[in-house]
Amino acid sequence: MPRREDIKRVLVIGSGPIVIGQAAEFDYAGTQACLALKEEGYEVILINSNPATIMTDTNIADKVYMEPLTLEYVSRIIRKERPHAILPTLGGQTGLNLAMQLAKKGVLEECQCEILGTSFRSIQEAEDREDFKKLCERINQPCLESLIAHTVEEIVACANEIGYPVVLRPAFTLGGTGGGFAYNDEDARSIGKNALKLSPVSEVLVEKSIKGYKEIEFEVMRDKNDTAIVICSMENIDPVGVHTGDSMVVAPAQTLSQKEYNLLANSALAIIRELKIEGGCNVQFALDPFSFQYFVIEVNPRVSRSSALASKATGYPIARVSSKIAVGLTLDEIQLGKVCAAFAPTVDYVVTKVARFPFDKFTKADRTLSTQMKATGEVMSIGRTMEESLLKAIRSLEIGVDHLYLEKFDSYTTEELLKSIETATDDRIYAIAELFRRKVDMMLINNATKIDAFFLDKIHHIISVEEKVKANPNEKYLRKAKKLGFSDRYLAKIYGMTELEMYQYRTGLGIRPVYKMIDTCAGEFDGYVPYLYSTYETENESVVTDKESIVVLGSGPIRIGQGVEFDYSTVHAIWAIQQAGYEAIVVNNNPETVSTDYSISDKLYFEPLCIEDVMHVIDLEKPKGVIVSLGGQTAINLTERLTKLNVPIIGTDHYAIERAENRDSFEKVVKETGIPQPIGQAVTDIETGIEVANKIGYPVLVRPSYVLGGRAMQIVHHDEELREYLTTAVKIDKDQPVLVDKYISGTEVEVDAICDGVDVFIPGIMQLVEATGVHSGDSMSVYPPYSLSQKVKDTIADYTVRLGLAIGIKGLFNIQFIVDSNDEVSVIEVNPRSSRSVPFLSKSSGIPMANIATKVMLGQSLKEQGYGTEVMPEKKRFYVKSPTFSFSKLHGLDTYLSPEMKSTGEAIGYDDTLNRALYKSLQASNLRVVNYGTVFVTVADADKERALPLVKRFYDLGFNIEATAGTAKSLKEYGIRTRVKQKISENSEEILESIRKGHITYIINTVTPSDSKMSQSKDGYLIRRTAVENNVTIFTSLDTVNVLLNILEEITMQVSTIDQ
Amino acid sequence: MKRKLVLQNGMEFIGHGFGSFKETIAELVFNTSVVGYQEILSDPTYYGQMLCMTYTLIGNYGMIDEDYDSKVIGPKALVVREYNDKPSNFRYTKTLNEVLEENDVVGITHVDTRQLTRVLREQGSMLAIICDLDVTTEEALAKINDYIAIEHPVSQVSCQKVWYSRCPNPKYNVVTVDCGAAYNMIREWNHLGCNVTIVPYNTSYEKIMGMNPDGVVISMGPGSPENCKGVIELIQKIQGQKPILGFGLGCQLIALANGLSVEKLVHGHRGSSYPVRNTKTNKVEITSQNHSYVISSGSDNVQVTYENVMDHTIEGIEVVDQKCFGVQFYPTNTLGVSHECYQQFIEYMQKGGN
Repeated sequence: MPRREDIKRVLVIGSGPIVIGQAAEFDYAGTQACLALKEEGYEVILINSNPATIMTDTNIADKVYMEPLTLEYVSRIIRKERPHAILPTLGGQTGLNLAMQLAKKGVLEECQCEILGTSFRSIQEAEDREDFKKLCERINQPCLESLIAHTVEEIVACANEIGYPVVLRPAFTLGGTGGGFAYNDEDARSIGKNALKLSPVSEVLVEKSIKGYKEIEFEVMRDKNDTAIVICSMENIDPVGVHTGDSMVVAPAQTLSQKEYNLLANSALAIIRELKIEGGCNVQFALDPFSFQYFVIEVNPRVSRSSALASKATGYPIARVSSKIAVGLTLDEIQLGKVCAAFAPTVDYVVTKVARFPFDKFTKADRTLSTQMKATGEVMSIGRTMEESLLKAIRSLEIGVDHLYLEKFDSYTTEELLKSIETATDDRIYAIAELFRRKVDMMLINNATKIDAFFLDKIHHIISVEEKVKANPNEKYLRKAKKLGFSDRYLAKIYGMTELEMYQYRTGLGIRPVYKMIDTCAGEFDGYVPYLYSTYETENESVVTDKESIVVLGSGPIRIGQGVEFDYSTVHAIWAIQQAGYEAIVVNNNPETVSTDYSISDKLYFEPLCIEDVMHVIDLEKPKGVIVSLGGQTAINLTERLTKLNVPIIGTDHYAIERAENRDSFEKVVKETGIPQPIGQAVTDIETGIEVANKIGYPVLVRPSYVLGGRAMQIVHHDEELREYLTTAVKIDKDQPVLVDKYISGTEVEVDAICDGVDVFIPGIMQLVEATGVHSGDSMSVYPPYSLSQKVKDTIADYTVRLGLAIGIKGLFNIQFIVDSNDEVSVIEVNPRSSRSVPFLSKSSGIPMANIATKVMLGQSLKEQGYGTEVMPEKKRFYVKSPTFSFSKLHGLDTYLSPEMKSTGEAIGYDDTLNRALYKSLQASNLRVVNYGTVFVTVADADKERALPLVKRFYDLGFNIEATAGTAKSLKEYGIRTRVKQKISENSEEILESIRKGHITYIINTVTPSDSKMSQSKDGYLIRRTAVENNVTIFTSLDTVNVLLNILEEITMQVSTIDQ
Repeated sequence: MKRKLVLQNGMEFIGHGFGSFKETIAELVFNTSVVGYQEILSDPTYYGQMLCMTYTLIGNYGMIDEDYDSKVIGPKALVVREYNDKPSNFRYTKTLNEVLEENDVVGITHVDTRQLTRVLREQGSMLAIICDLDVTTEEALAKINDYIAIEHPVSQVSCQKVWYSRCPNPKYNVVTVDCGAAYNMIREWNHLGCNVTIVPYNTSYEKIMGMNPDGVVISMGPGSPENCKGVIELIQKIQGQKPILGFGLGCQLIALANGLSVEKLVHGHRGSSYPVRNTKTNKVEITSQNHSYVISSGSDNVQVTYENVMDHTIEGIEVVDQKCFGVQFYPTNTLGVSHECYQQFIEYMQKGGN
């Protein structure tokens, strides 16, 4: 059945800004979908508000709308563009929900736009709990029953109906916290009471507890001919109860016999058939480890994070095939290289996915893993054995861990360790490893964790080999350890060497890996797929061509501060390398991204970004050059060591990186170029730190050098606070200097530019809305600047040119400036690499920055490319980038904006006037912009002067104002009618209650800067958390409030009496 | 203990022995299934072969008494990347090592099975020997050279006596000619309300007809179909009188009985992810397969009913107007629903003989 001829234009909805649970995997899926549709000859119209994506590049879709993903905007675009069909299953839950709304509101019918792939009815059946339950009953598939209760007695009755143990969950809370497991009536009463209280609608869901069940997932695919195949099975190492996005996941499933496998596979296929899905679908099961009892937990009738993982794990491009199915092709008609898409992929390796959590930045957030996903990103690794796969994944994480070993567990007693593993946390596996080191019986660990003995045995095996290596650090055991996946860095410690020495010693012994191909067919069919992983075996399948090649190092797992923006630059570098006539080779380990789609580059090595793994690729490929400056800090951190190993780094070299990142060298550069810089010093011990701070005067900005995303960056106001910071927040020592700088209050400005050693090209200058003190990644950013004088802009351009040349940048760099109230410009920092703002600025200015920069690195000067030392003329429109946060997912985390970056994603808004652009940007970032309601104000004394006129503006717009006593007093004096709310510290739940009940629209909350315990200030913290968990908008920066008011004043009609 | 695997082409792989430690020579083939090593090992069609599993971790869930697909372990030897001796599954009764030991089947682990698979893919299935390290390559190759393959493997796996598998309220009597029958298939007939009489491969036409069958099934089995002249003649006699259904080898025998020819594939179809197309309905389904021989082409009186989507080989045939058909793959039961070819056979039996 050929492709459909009756449709020509297809609308694709993206997934918008990145939040926890909906990340880069949808850029990967969306990009594949758009390319697949274009390949079939359709015109693709794309809507996505996330600027940091490849899919929103104008060469991926025919028309790109980067408008807010709301019903209003999407409807408008549909009416304007009149697409014949819409493909809703590629933009995550956001895209799917929007498509459903469009259908429900009749917009699709009105515009004669049909839903492709899976029908409206099917989506509804899969998404609606009741409908889905009926569907499962119809085809005899067991799904988990969930009853709703409104009183404690109802809860007990429901629990008895279902049978203990049950799990209780408060309904409509975002965090999903406050519930728990009940084993008897007594538990049900006590937990139920609390759960009812936490639910804004006093409703509790009662479900059968399936604690300890195995969690198994199937990715299945179906076409209109009813051919349905299993793409991949996946098994979570953590049993049911931990969100699959947070779990360590292994593919294929390891502990199922044929009977169990068939049971679940056939169930998944029956479900996709009954739902009549045309495309991919993900089905999650809970399977009792002691019987054949299973439950269908969840069905996602769309591409998902799991489908991205399954695609990368098998080499089968699910999104691409789904898109082709959606336009009428059948599986047997779709060819994937030499294999037909109807061939169910079969693998001959083990894939492990491990989530990357933000707990290294958010030390105060609760590390417990549960049904609410907390990970910001993930790594995948491939090995021929479970051990190899797992250890490669661990060292890919970049959390300072290179083995199943965490120092912190050394000090735990065995009892403490056993107790700690009962709760799933991000570091549980290291505690388990430590227990094995202490010869604790596996059954005890199995009992405490319910992790299948298969996986525990593999961990045990790793530890037993570790012990052998420690006892006999000889060549034989080195070989064995490497085969099992041990890292050089860990082995180096055992052998008393540095990582580089170990690498050289080992390769000297001829212990080197080979590369195997991921070909979807376990080697059965011939055909070269340039998608490779390393393992210590005999045959190497990676074919090195005669063509000169360039290796690009990717950016690894997505974390706060290093997101999909860096993948954007990586992918552009690949294209630029290919345009320049070289072979583009990628090394990366993130399964969610476009750069790890093997069809993007000429060759993909799915490997950890550690020295040894990168060097093995380089040793084999002997590339002409290696690009490190596009993969964020990950690759930058490898540069020094790669240089030592004589790797030809192209672009900004190690010495230039050192000049930008080493405090002393940087200061020298700044002095030589005569550019003002906030006074400060790098210190390596506490007393010097205090001395320096007093010399330059408080407040000072402190941060460890070599950081990303402002990790552990803080403004401190006195000795005591500084002392605490230097002892607890960072472990200061000789190798880890801390920077102490004068804190200047002013406007922050950011520049991304390209330098080729002769010229410096500046595509644009971005002005940040929030004043210094809020991390640039958490600020709203505006291009072109909206309130900078020409003189200031000229100064910034001049400084940028001078710095680029003096540091010796070859390629992209990013500079942060401060402009104080006297229009004096000083430089805060220079990042000698691609930055977070590159995609935003590229899209806003229309300059393909990563492409130009890559060509510069390859030796094509800016002049040759038609650019010179210049600032591009500013665009007439305003482009605004707004941050998106995932606070509701991270329990315990304070939402206060600070120099430490907290946002997970970004959204763009653009329009002819500043306020309109700001408005759209805020809407796109999921902020609720409402022009009525109640504003709750509690601000620090120091902020009152600035806050009062702002609150007055709310008041004038017709908002009801509420405040705590202190703030209320000032507000009343200022002529604002204010209702006083009792403080929490006065034993009143009044404030929290009204937040939970949804009575409050906005909260304005600032804290006293001099209060060193600001984040611990209990009232403020509780208010902020409760707000986040109940989806109430909270502002901790008055600059943002000002922007919001500008917008509200423009969109609100005022009310007044006739005689005013 | 370290042992080695030497291929007919001189390639050598060092691994660790498990199961039986005897020396063994056999034709080496590979299977690409990720799960189901127990069912695969107990498939008599592998009789006399050496099996390489392409999936790396084998033994994870042990061996489960009730899951055997026949009473024999088919292969003479098993080659894996990593044998797991610590199974984890609530039903497992023995480890794979124990079962191989009991059945005197040789195992070798820590072999680069992917490299091996690629060799077999390019050069075709070939003879190989698993032996101790002290056997030199020359000696090993000489042994391979002197090796005489089992002439008639079907005779080795077929039952020696008639046996019965009955069900409550039977509607039909199916006689299965056992060339290497799998329990799975017999259970399926029972599930469909058929009593099954399993007879040795060399049972006479008269004896079978004396059992008054509603239909005759020719089972799957090992080796070349050319070896089973007797069964071919049997099919020729029964055809037209009783419905006939053949699986795997049985299907190839039906082809030969009707004048078609078969040929040996370079490396065969062994795995569980082969898409085949039903040529009548154009539906595509995923099948499990285990066959070395394919039917060269159809003829005027033999229709092609299934076609392999990947290499377009014939996966099923039907002799026109004879109620006689066969499939190369192993049709399965999905959630209690039998495969269409079982259902078709039931229909034929319902209509009675010609």
